[in-house]
Amino acid sequence: MVARTAVVAAATEGNAVTAADRPIIAEFVDVHRHYVMGKNVVKALNGVSMQVRKGDYLAIMGRSGSGKSTMLNILGGLDRPTSGEYRVGGRDVSRLSDDDLSDVRGREIGFIFQSFNLIPQLTVLENLEVPLFYQGRVGPESRRKAEHLAGRVGLGGRLEHKPMELSGGQQQRVAIARALMNDPLFLLADEATGNLDSNTEKEILDLFDDLRPDGVTIVVVTHNPKVAERADHTLWLKDGQVEQLIDNRAAAGRGTT
Amino acid sequence: MRMVRLGLKSLMLHKLRSTLTTAGILFGVASVIAMLAVGEGASAETLRQYREMGVTNVLIRSKKPEETQQSSTSSTMSILGYGLVYHDADRIQNLLPTATVVRVREFQRGVIRGENWTSTIIVGTEVDFLDVTNMKVDEGRWLSELDQQHQANICVIGHKLARNLFPLEDPVGKTILVGIEDRFEVVGVLEGQGRAASPNGTTLDECAFIPLTSSRRRFGDTVRNPSTNRFENVELQEVKVKMPSTDDVEMAAAVLDRMLMSDPVHSAKKDIEITVPLELLRKAEATERMFNLVLAVIASISLLVGGIGIMNVMLATVTERTREIGIRRALGAKKKHIVQQFLVEAGVLSALGGLVGVGLGVLVPYGIERWFEQQTDVQPPHVLLAFGISAAVGVVFGLYPAWRAANMDPVEALRHE
Repeated sequence: MVARTAVVAAATEGNAVTAADRPIIAEFVDVHRHYVMGKNVVKALNGVSMQVRKGDYLAIMGRSGSGKSTMLNILGGLDRPTSGEYRVGGRDVSRLSDDDLSDVRGREIGFIFQSFNLIPQLTVLENLEVPLFYQGRVGPESRRKAEHLAGRVGLGGRLEHKPMELSGGQQQRVAIARALMNDPLFLLADEATGNLDSNTEKEILDLFDDLRPDGVTIVVVTHNPKVAERADHTLWLKDGQVEQLIDNRAAAGRGTT
Repeated sequence: MRMVRLGLKSLMLHKLRSTLTTAGILFGVASVIAMLAVGEGASAETLRQYREMGVTNVLIRSKKPEETQQSSTSSTMSILGYGLVYHDADRIQNLLPTATVVRVREFQRGVIRGENWTSTIIVGTEVDFLDVTNMKVDEGRWLSELDQQHQANICVIGHKLARNLFPLEDPVGKTILVGIEDRFEVVGVLEGQGRAASPNGTTLDECAFIPLTSSRRRFGDTVRNPSTNRFENVELQEVKVKMPSTDDVEMAAAVLDRMLMSDPVHSAKKDIEITVPLELLRKAEATERMFNLVLAVIASISLLVGGIGIMNVMLATVTERTREIGIRRALGAKKKHIVQQFLVEAGVLSALGGLVGVGLGVLVPYGIERWFEQQTDVQPPHVLLAFGISAAVGVVFGLYPAWRAANMDPVEALRHE
C-alpha cells in the first residue's frame, strides 16, 4: 500500500513568508503503528507522513478510530512507531530509550490535556515548575519564569493557589503556562477545550492566537470543527491514514467550511 | 530536600492513612527499643552480680546438711558440726599453689556504738579478702598480717554500717561493742559497693570485718543458730579461691570439685557447695544472647508487619495516583524520577514512624524504671539499629510499589480515571 503524504508546507505556499523558510520541527515519515490484539493486528496508523514547521498552527481531526489518539501519543513521545520515523527538531526519536524519550518530552514538547491534568496537591507555582524539576532547573529563575508565564496567560497572583481553587478555564491556563515553561518546540493540545463551556473555549482559543506572535507552534488534536477551524490547517485522518490536508484560510476565503 | 517536602505534601493528602501506617512502624521501633532496654537492664543486673563475685574466683561455701531435720528433733542440745574446716583451706592451697586462698568465718552479732545498735554479720577473714572481693578502703586501713598474728581487737566496717553506728562522727579510732563483751577498734571504713546481698543475706556494706584469728579466739567456732535453737559448729563459712586468670578457673573448679567430693566427710554430708561465678556469668551471657535473639526475631516480625503496612499503603497510593504518574511522565519524568518520588514517600513514612518510635522507645523504659523500679538500659546502638531498620524497611517495602509506578505505560496512566 502506498502511503498518502500530506505536506503542510505545500499548502502554505503563497503566504507572505514562504513556509519553506521556516524549519521543520516535527516530521512523520511513513509512520506505522500496529497493535497486536490477540490474533488480530490493528493498524492504528498505516503510513502517515506529515511535517510541522515552526510557527504552524495545525489541527488534527478524525472520527474515533481514525488513529487520532495514536498520532497524538507518538507526536507527544509517549508511544513509538512500529515502523517509520518520527523526527523532532531533525532527530529521529522513534528508536530512543525510555529515558531519552522522557527527555524529549521534557524539553521539546508542551502538553496540554483535555482534563487539565494539574497535580492536585501542588500549588500553581509548583505545578508550573514540574517540567523543569525533572531537568534539574528549579530555582529562582524558574520561579521568575513561572511568574512571567502566569501573567502571560492572565493568572498573575494566583501562584500559591491549589488547582482545585481555580475554575476550569483558569486551570487550563495554568496547564498552558506549564506547557510553555520548558520553551518547547511545539505545544501539543489534546481536546484542550473538551471540558470547557463555549465561552471559556473561546477564551482558550484566543489565548492560543495571542501566543502565536511569540513564535509558538501549536498542534491541536480534536474532533470539534469549531476548534479545528481556528487553526491554519486541518489534517484529516481516516483509517490510520491522512485523508486530506485543508488550508483553513483558503477555505474560509472561498466561503466554505 | 525538595523531594522530601513534596513527599510530605503528598502524604498529607491522606493524613489518617499516613498516620496509621506510620503508627505501624512507630510501635515496632518503640517496642524493639523498650524491650531491648528492659532485657538489657535485667541481664545487666544479673551479669553485674556475677562479675562482683569475681570472675577469677571459685567460691566454696559451707552448707547445712539436709539430714539435719531428723537429727534436730532427736536432740536439741547436740552440737551440729558441718562445713569447711581450716584444714580444707590448707589442702586447697597445696593443690593450687598459684591460687590466693582466703578463709571466711561469718556469724551474726549485735553491734553497739553509744546509742546506736544494730545486728549484723561479723566476718572473720584474712588480708587477701579485700583483693579477692575487689573492694576498696575509703578511710583508714584494711586488716594486716600483724593484726592476724596478734589476734588484734580491731575491725574494718562497711560503708553502711559506718553510717548506722556513727551518724555524726568519724568512725576511725573509735571502738564498737560486738556481742556482749568484746570491744573492737575501728581502723578503717570500706567504700560503698552497692552490691547485692551475699549468700548470708547481708550486703558487704553492712558487715564488720575482723581478723580471722581474733574471730576464732573471741567467738570460737560454735554458734547457736537462732532459728533452730541449736548449736552449730562450723569452722569456716566460705573459702574463696582466686586464680591468677580466668583461664585457670575451669581447671581449679574441677580440681576443687574432685578434692572435696573425694573427701569422705564432705561427700557423705554434702555440706559444701562450689560456686564458679565465671560459669554462672557464661551461662547468664548465653541466656542473654538467647534472649536477644528472641527479641531480634520479635523485632523483625513487628517491623516486617510495619513494612507490609507501608507496602500496602504505597500500592494503594500508586494506584490512586496513576494519573499523576502519567502526567509526570508526559512532562519529562524518567522512570528513575518516579521511583525516587515514591521511595522518598515510603522512606518519609517509615522514618517519621522510626523517629517518633525512638522517642517513645526511650520514654517507655524511663517510665518502667520510674514506676516499676525495674532497671532498664537504653543503649544508643540499639536505638540506632531500630531506627536504621525502620528506615530500611521503608525503602525495601517501598521498592516494589515504586517500581510498579515507574513501569506504568504513560499512555495508559494518562487515560486512568
